[in-house]
Amino acid sequence: MPNLLEVKDLKTYFYTYEGVVKAVDGVSYELEEGETLGLVGESGCGKSVSALSVMRLIPDPPGRIVNGEIQFEDEDILKIDMDDMRRIRGGKIAMVFQEPMTSLNPVLTVEKQLAETLELHKGMTKAEARREGEDLLARVGIPDPDKRIKQYPHQFSGGMRQRVMIAMALSCNPKLIIADEPTTALDVTIQAQILELMKSLTTEFGVALIVITHNLGVVARYADRMNIMYAGRIIERGSAREIYANPRHPYTVGLLRSVPRLDLPRRTRLDPIEGQPPDLVNLPVGCSFRARCRWAIDKCALEAPELAPIGEGHLSACWRADELGDLIKELVEAEAREYGTDIEPTPAPEPVAPQDNQVGEDG
Amino acid sequence: MTTTPDVQSQGNAQSPDSENLVEVKDLKMYFPVSSGLLFQRTVANIKAVDGVTFNIKRGETLGLVGESGCGKTTTGRCILQLYNPTEGSITFDGKEMVGLGSRQLRAMRREMQVIFQDPYSSLNPRMTAGNIIGEPLVVHGLVDSKAEYKERVADLLQNVGLNPYMADRFPHEFSGGQRQRIGVARALSVSPKFIVADEPVSALDVSIQAQIVNLLEDLQDEFNLTYLFIAHDLSVVRHISDRVGVMYLGHIVEMADRNEIYVNPSHPYTKALLSAVPIPDPVIDAQRERVLLTGEVPSPLNPPSGCVFHPRCPIATDDCAQVTPELREVETGHWSACIRADGYGAY
Repeated sequence: MPNLLEVKDLKTYFYTYEGVVKAVDGVSYELEEGETLGLVGESGCGKSVSALSVMRLIPDPPGRIVNGEIQFEDEDILKIDMDDMRRIRGGKIAMVFQEPMTSLNPVLTVEKQLAETLELHKGMTKAEARREGEDLLARVGIPDPDKRIKQYPHQFSGGMRQRVMIAMALSCNPKLIIADEPTTALDVTIQAQILELMKSLTTEFGVALIVITHNLGVVARYADRMNIMYAGRIIERGSAREIYANPRHPYTVGLLRSVPRLDLPRRTRLDPIEGQPPDLVNLPVGCSFRARCRWAIDKCALEAPELAPIGEGHLSACWRADELGDLIKELVEAEAREYGTDIEPTPAPEPVAPQDNQVGEDG
Repeated sequence: MTTTPDVQSQGNAQSPDSENLVEVKDLKMYFPVSSGLLFQRTVANIKAVDGVTFNIKRGETLGLVGESGCGKTTTGRCILQLYNPTEGSITFDGKEMVGLGSRQLRAMRREMQVIFQDPYSSLNPRMTAGNIIGEPLVVHGLVDSKAEYKERVADLLQNVGLNPYMADRFPHEFSGGQRQRIGVARALSVSPKFIVADEPVSALDVSIQAQIVNLLEDLQDEFNLTYLFIAHDLSVVRHISDRVGVMYLGHIVEMADRNEIYVNPSHPYTKALLSAVPIPDPVIDAQRERVLLTGEVPSPLNPPSGCVFHPRCPIATDDCAQVTPELREVETGHWSACIRADGYGAY
């Protein structure tokens, strides 16, 4: 598959009174046509800013893209003028935002908002746009599209609003959809529905998808490749299977270990990543994860590791990436020694005392 | 059907040393919807909580899970008497709380505290961390001198893993995780027996969530606390809770021991909730059986007849629209409100 998007050494800085915030500090990655990429990291790691940079939606001032190249199809997005950019935005690249509540205009009907894109990008008439809009709503699973299209956003629930956003994103047959935390504001059962919908539609139409999230679980099932970001940089990159099975950066290991998992026996204790993410204005010399890393060595304080290949399509920015497999094994064994066994037996046959803690109404 | 001997149904005499710290009986909380400009009249009721019964034992953590709008937060707030319940009884340590006057309530509130979801809006931005934590001490007259006050605030900060010198800082100088620690310290300040933790980790990043969960567990051991842990994240709830209750549209639909409910769920809604939780492993996640629920949660203004879950239920029968299933014990310690659950018996 040819590359649809190539980001090279992207740097997006924000100039504030406190100093220069290096939100994205040298990020490079590529995306194939039709591929689903997961962009994972905690708040403030630059994942949203790197995606907004692709859309050139960085507020200037205070933000500025100070360096880099973003090749989309065969042009550099950072070099084209605003008119061309407008054609790409919503046309070839579409976006689904986190908050379906705030990203739809509350005073316009869904029809107006859907039709606007279609009229602008596809030159449709009002009637055509309306028919197309109804089709789109039906496709994203909204019942009674002919009635619903006349309604206002507040008449839709959160999940339905997110479906409207997806319909809008799909409306102009984009090549790429960027979804910024598309399910974070939704309930678990609705989250599953929306992700399933996005995956099936992007597969059907051959659209590439970038899913930005802070939850590793959300993208596990859907992503082909993953970028893990920390403090403005990609610190690990690889296929989803490889990253989950064989993480090669201490931060990724920490993220995976700090969430309790439903499919595994309950652990006696969670293993959080201690400390806080660094201040992006005063990034420490050396590896920015060093202060929270349990395996830091002297070298980490002196020089920041670059993203380097450690396996088939798998890159890590860690000096100890090669030893990490053994280090993880040691950690798990140490944990087992401390808590007896690492895990509780399932299903724990706890002594069942006579239960009088419930009131049976017919008791 | 079989029911184990039921202490409460034999009378209301509850001694303060019974094994239950909190007993909630048939709790209903309706919020009126009124209409009319001059003469306001109630046109409908939002049935946020509609007949909920459960107990919380001393020293245990009871988890309450459900989607937004299922009434889990309202239940927590009713127990704290932040709302005046429409119906039902709530006893704390053997004392009935519904209908108490404000002075009596204030004394009770020393025993029960709350940790809120949003660490940004739940701290007064104009007060220092020290004053936020220390205010309850002053309100309840728990300290005699300034020196004692300072010492107590410093202790509390240390208890939650912050440095005593941070007492002079304002909330905006802390990160989200640190703010949540301040919220925990404030709840601890009056040495309560019981804490309602209302989505305490939902607003935090995953790496910080685990820090707060571990902190809550340590504090429970140290101060012998009882928790009501309200959350929508089932994996976190399983980790921290001893027992778990699942709520849907104002009802508890299932309640059991934490392992039992995850290994052997009985209610179709619980099964759907569990299968919707993503597993951070693409290989395992792809093999799991998925129960995708269609549709959305109905409005609590006009809940469905019979079982409130039946319009979305994959195994609903005609009876489900007629019969309102009560919570019954389907196995020892495992309660379910589904007429099709194994062991539910005739209805």
